Amino acid sequence: MYDSPVPESHRSVLDSVEFRRLVAGRWRVSLALTALLFILYYGYIILIATNRQLVSRPVSGATTAGILIAAGVIGGAWVLTAAYVVWANRHYDPAVAELRARAEKH
Amino acid sequence: MQTTLGSPTLSAIVSFLVIVAFTLAVTYWAARRTRSTREFYAAGRSISPFQNGLALAGDYMSAASFLGIAGLVALRGYDGMIYATGWLVGWPALMFLIAEPLRNLGKFTFADVVAFRLRQVPVRVAAAFGGILTLLFYVLAQMVGAGNLITLMFGLPYEWAVMIVGAVMLAYVLFGGMIATTWVQIIKAILLLFGVTLLTVLVLSRFHFSPGELYAAVAARYGQTALEPGGLVSDPIDAISLGLALMFGLLGLPHILMRFYTVPNARAARSSVLYATGLIGYFYLIIPIVGFGASALVGREIIRKVDSGGNMAAPLVAELLGGTPFLGFIAAVAFATILAVVAGLTLAGASALSHDIFTHAIRKGDATEHEQIRVARIATIVFGIVAVVLGMLFKGQNVAFMVGLAFAVAESGNFPALLLSIVWARFNTAGAVSSIVAGALTAVVLIVFSPTIWVDLLHHAAPVFPLRNPAIVSMPVGFLTGIIASFVAREPEAEARFHDEKLRTYLGIGAE
Repeated sequence: MYDSPVPESHRSVLDSVEFRRLVAGRWRVSLALTALLFILYYGYIILIATNRQLVSRPVSGATTAGILIAAGVIGGAWVLTAAYVVWANRHYDPAVAELRARAEKH
Repeated sequence: MQTTLGSPTLSAIVSFLVIVAFTLAVTYWAARRTRSTREFYAAGRSISPFQNGLALAGDYMSAASFLGIAGLVALRGYDGMIYATGWLVGWPALMFLIAEPLRNLGKFTFADVVAFRLRQVPVRVAAAFGGILTLLFYVLAQMVGAGNLITLMFGLPYEWAVMIVGAVMLAYVLFGGMIATTWVQIIKAILLLFGVTLLTVLVLSRFHFSPGELYAAVAARYGQTALEPGGLVSDPIDAISLGLALMFGLLGLPHILMRFYTVPNARAARSSVLYATGLIGYFYLIIPIVGFGASALVGREIIRKVDSGGNMAAPLVAELLGGTPFLGFIAAVAFATILAVVAGLTLAGASALSHDIFTHAIRKGDATEHEQIRVARIATIVFGIVAVVLGMLFKGQNVAFMVGLAFAVAESGNFPALLLSIVWARFNTAGAVSSIVAGALTAVVLIVFSPTIWVDLLHHAAPVFPLRNPAIVSMPVGFLTGIIASFVAREPEAEARFHDEKLRTYLGIGAE
């Protein structure tokens, strides 16, 4: 899909501190959220494997802790997704708009 | 209880005909808007984030997850819930790792991204191989499932069911391309979410709208163990491996990845994942209530008698609570679900054949719009016929593991190459090709040697490979092969172009 070489103005954006910060920040947020997702989901699986008593404990009537935890994992996964969108809309998009304007102005 | 399941009732036929007539009308409307490749493969990039969220949910919520998970919860209690959570957690990972780069870098297929700065022919062929292998396993499971379910619900002969699914979905894809396929997914997602919500409300209405009372009723009938983890996570390594396959398999499913090209930009792609995650999360949150409701109200004995796998738990509880008309509606929704999923798979398969193989590998990118559309339509017919033939050939076979196989190839073959091509400057043609081939083949070979095939199907005494889910081994194989091959065979041109790729990945400069 590679076509023409990038113009000089694009190259200056590529080398800018702001662009490097944008890329590093994007991956910092992404990887931190991915780590939280891993803790949430694989923590749940490991909890079931290692502490069956806790998961099986009734919390109210017949309802077990496991049912609430499973619902929590689903809810938590959505919250992490929403957190990324909020961050990207607030911080990532404005920074992209600025760098794009700079690249296209030259 | 008496059931009309398995006989074609008036309400089932009417609901089904209404759905088919409506979706074909949508296809007719879409066909007049499908002239260019951009429209055929990517719906003219005119789909809104919410629409795409619904369509992604439609692509993902298969009949297997609707009927299968409800049945698993009905028969095995809490274990079904553990399984349901695994189906959701790929979506946040898709968002964090690849959704936006995928949208910025690609045109019609995920191979566009992998091949972005690499040598077109080998990478296109390898990516199409991984993609088509994934789709074939997936479509095989869907077709055999469709034949069985429709026979169970409507009493139609298996072959008829497979042929009807093949013919109707071919009409969608062939004439309406991605525009029709997207709207079919949206309609199906709304129907499915509406049907399951209604079912949940009806179940809860029997328990004073208190899930606690429902769980108490299940515990009273089948013991407290129904609400506790059973045998699903007895082997934590295997459970984590299954989790890896479900999570990262999603990031290599071509028909899901393709949907990101239907929205105008990366921001819209991002929003559409949030909508999809919400809709799918809601679906997996309420499906267990339907399953528990079926075991409390219908009873495990009856569910097992109708279908030993428990697939009819949701239809049976629908009939008990809403009578034959509601059963007919739910049956028709399940049928529509299968149609829509198979249509999405066929469009993705056709795009790999025509866009990656024909346009880029054979014609080196030099084909007119007219030729490309023509080949895309021929590829659609080819893939559709293959799907029907596979469905016929595997009649009566246990194909439940085929979905696992599809996810395993996606997560070990397609995903590592996709991620490495986005993030790693050194990644090159040798790395991409060997990563896809090694990852995909490792996944397939390990599943053949696993208890699932080696013991259960081939009746050997002991498995060669101990885990049922190979992801924990095969995904690292995919990554390591790609990394080692990239180090061994340097490709300075690909490294030089990485800077240009970054502008497009992160800023969207030059994105389609």
